[in-house]
Amino acid sequence: MSETRTEDSTHSIVSDGGENVVPVGDSGNRGPKPRGARSFRRARLTAEDRVLGVLRWAVITVAVVATAGPLLYGVLLSLRPFQSVVSEPLDLVPALDEITVDSYPTALAEYGLGGNMWNSLQVALATAALAILFSVLGAYAAVRLRFLGRDTVNVVFLGVYLLPGIVLAVPLFVLLSRVGLTGSLVGLVFVYVAQTVPVALYMLRTYLVAVPSSVEEAAMIDGCGRLALIRRVVLPLALPGVAATALYVFMIAWNEYLFALLFLVADRDRWTVSLGIAQLTEFSVPTTVLMAGSIAITVPVVAGFFLAQRLLVTGLTSGAEKG
Amino acid sequence: MSDTGLRRRKPLTLSRREDLHGRLLVGPTVIVVLLFAVLPFLAVALFAFLDVRLVDIPRLYIDNLVFTGDNIAAVWNSPRFWSAATTTVAYAAASSAGAVLVGLGVALALRRPFRGRGLIRALVLVPYVLPVVAAATIWKTLLNPGYGLVNAVGVEWLGWAEPIAFLTTTSRDLGPFEVPVALMCVIAFEVWKTFPLAFLFITARLQVVPEDIEEAAQIDGAGKTRIFRHLLLPELAGVMALLAVLRFLWSFQNFNDIYLLTGGAGGTEVLAVRVYSELVVRANIGTASATGLLMTGMLVVVVAVYAWMIKRERA
Repeated sequence: MSETRTEDSTHSIVSDGGENVVPVGDSGNRGPKPRGARSFRRARLTAEDRVLGVLRWAVITVAVVATAGPLLYGVLLSLRPFQSVVSEPLDLVPALDEITVDSYPTALAEYGLGGNMWNSLQVALATAALAILFSVLGAYAAVRLRFLGRDTVNVVFLGVYLLPGIVLAVPLFVLLSRVGLTGSLVGLVFVYVAQTVPVALYMLRTYLVAVPSSVEEAAMIDGCGRLALIRRVVLPLALPGVAATALYVFMIAWNEYLFALLFLVADRDRWTVSLGIAQLTEFSVPTTVLMAGSIAITVPVVAGFFLAQRLLVTGLTSGAEKG
Repeated sequence: MSDTGLRRRKPLTLSRREDLHGRLLVGPTVIVVLLFAVLPFLAVALFAFLDVRLVDIPRLYIDNLVFTGDNIAAVWNSPRFWSAATTTVAYAAASSAGAVLVGLGVALALRRPFRGRGLIRALVLVPYVLPVVAAATIWKTLLNPGYGLVNAVGVEWLGWAEPIAFLTTTSRDLGPFEVPVALMCVIAFEVWKTFPLAFLFITARLQVVPEDIEEAAQIDGAGKTRIFRHLLLPELAGVMALLAVLRFLWSFQNFNDIYLLTGGAGGTEVLAVRVYSELVVRANIGTASATGLLMTGMLVVVVAVYAWMIKRERA
């Protein structure tokens, strides 16, 4: 559909001999006035180009300020004493003599965020490990094997991906408290695995397709079993993609808030980082400490993201080229 | 006889083994997804028709369930549900349109290479990877009426009479318009947090747009806006429509951002927040499930309309 439209518009732009190129609304420039029109058009084009050029840099500047600005604001506030933030909210850059990192130990030790980070680390690592284990097997089957029910499975996974988390949260809360798994990190890990496996499977599929199947066939002829094949041949070849997917799952589990809130809120010792920070905002904790905590829980994910950015981006967007 | 004998000697053909292996390999995933996503969803449909509260959980057995239509009726007849539904649709539509358009703008601005583009591309993705709790905490500080940067700038330089409590103000007269302040803030937050994904997808799509047609158009004197309207936009329409629908579905069910920023105050109570407060504040599993079920029904309608439109366009 879009194909034909493209051809149509190409036709009108390219083969009109340039007569109708000037945008509609410029009625003074209609009709065959070859030379005048041409020079006029050139002037118009540069004006248009100039406006767009300015606009382009304006967009880029605003985008950078709006996206990186809040993070920088958080970092700067976390380095100032609370009194100075309240009295001088406009002094963004802290004076050299007032810079202090005291908010960080306060947030991590006194308010327990250090312990929360340890919980989150365990949950996120376990989620990433299980999700990768399951989705490597599943993605391999989806890419290489023809089996009964493959399409059904794909549809179910897509449906799960679109199901509202908040709707699933109600029965999960009920069922898990019925079997005594609320308040435990294990229950949380399984919920996270179920939430992330479909995405992980989707991402891994694109990395696995890139592994040439001839290598696998050779290994199989040499008597390699299916599981050994995945572990010794496919996995090493797709390792960067697998690592990127693991990182993505880790990030989702590390950032997750809703299920942690529902399952763990009663038990302070088991809070994850998201829950910890969110609960702190309920009390009159100084903003500088909150900022320090927010930055502390952000650093691991942002650092990981920048390390694996290129791979993550191709994995996430691989479906986009098809339109 | 001889047939069975043959089979015993050669147990599985290649294709049957492939079939078996395939099912075994997806097995673990299927089990987890069934247990922690499909089964819970069926349970929602069940709970929506039960008179069950949080205190009843220990006494909940499959053989003594009493069915009732009261939850659905109560939710359906509650004005609060419908006002939340309206808010949710407005919130989801505005943030999905905003995310796609901002994503498109930034993708076009960063299309041609320049020094430092890689770094800027990575920076633009920061809101997407930021933990939502950290992002919400930073935004709440930025918008704080006491010491937040936005109010400080407004009062000091823009001549505001007094600081604005952005996240609790339901509406504010701005000349002839009544602006839903808190709702605008949560929409802005959602756009800010999700446009990077739209940016990524549109950028990926832009990279495979054939360049020769564009060059030909340029040589023939077509301006940039015209090239965009007639060449790029038709190419991008598909991915933009898909993104808009996906963003709508996700924003429609968003709980975290709104709950963390406003807690549902200031005219921002969306359906997800209603489900949560029915469950946690009112401790009523039945009405919480009924709200969730109706919410899912609305999502299904959106998906069905989209699928129908795609099908009609292909035909």
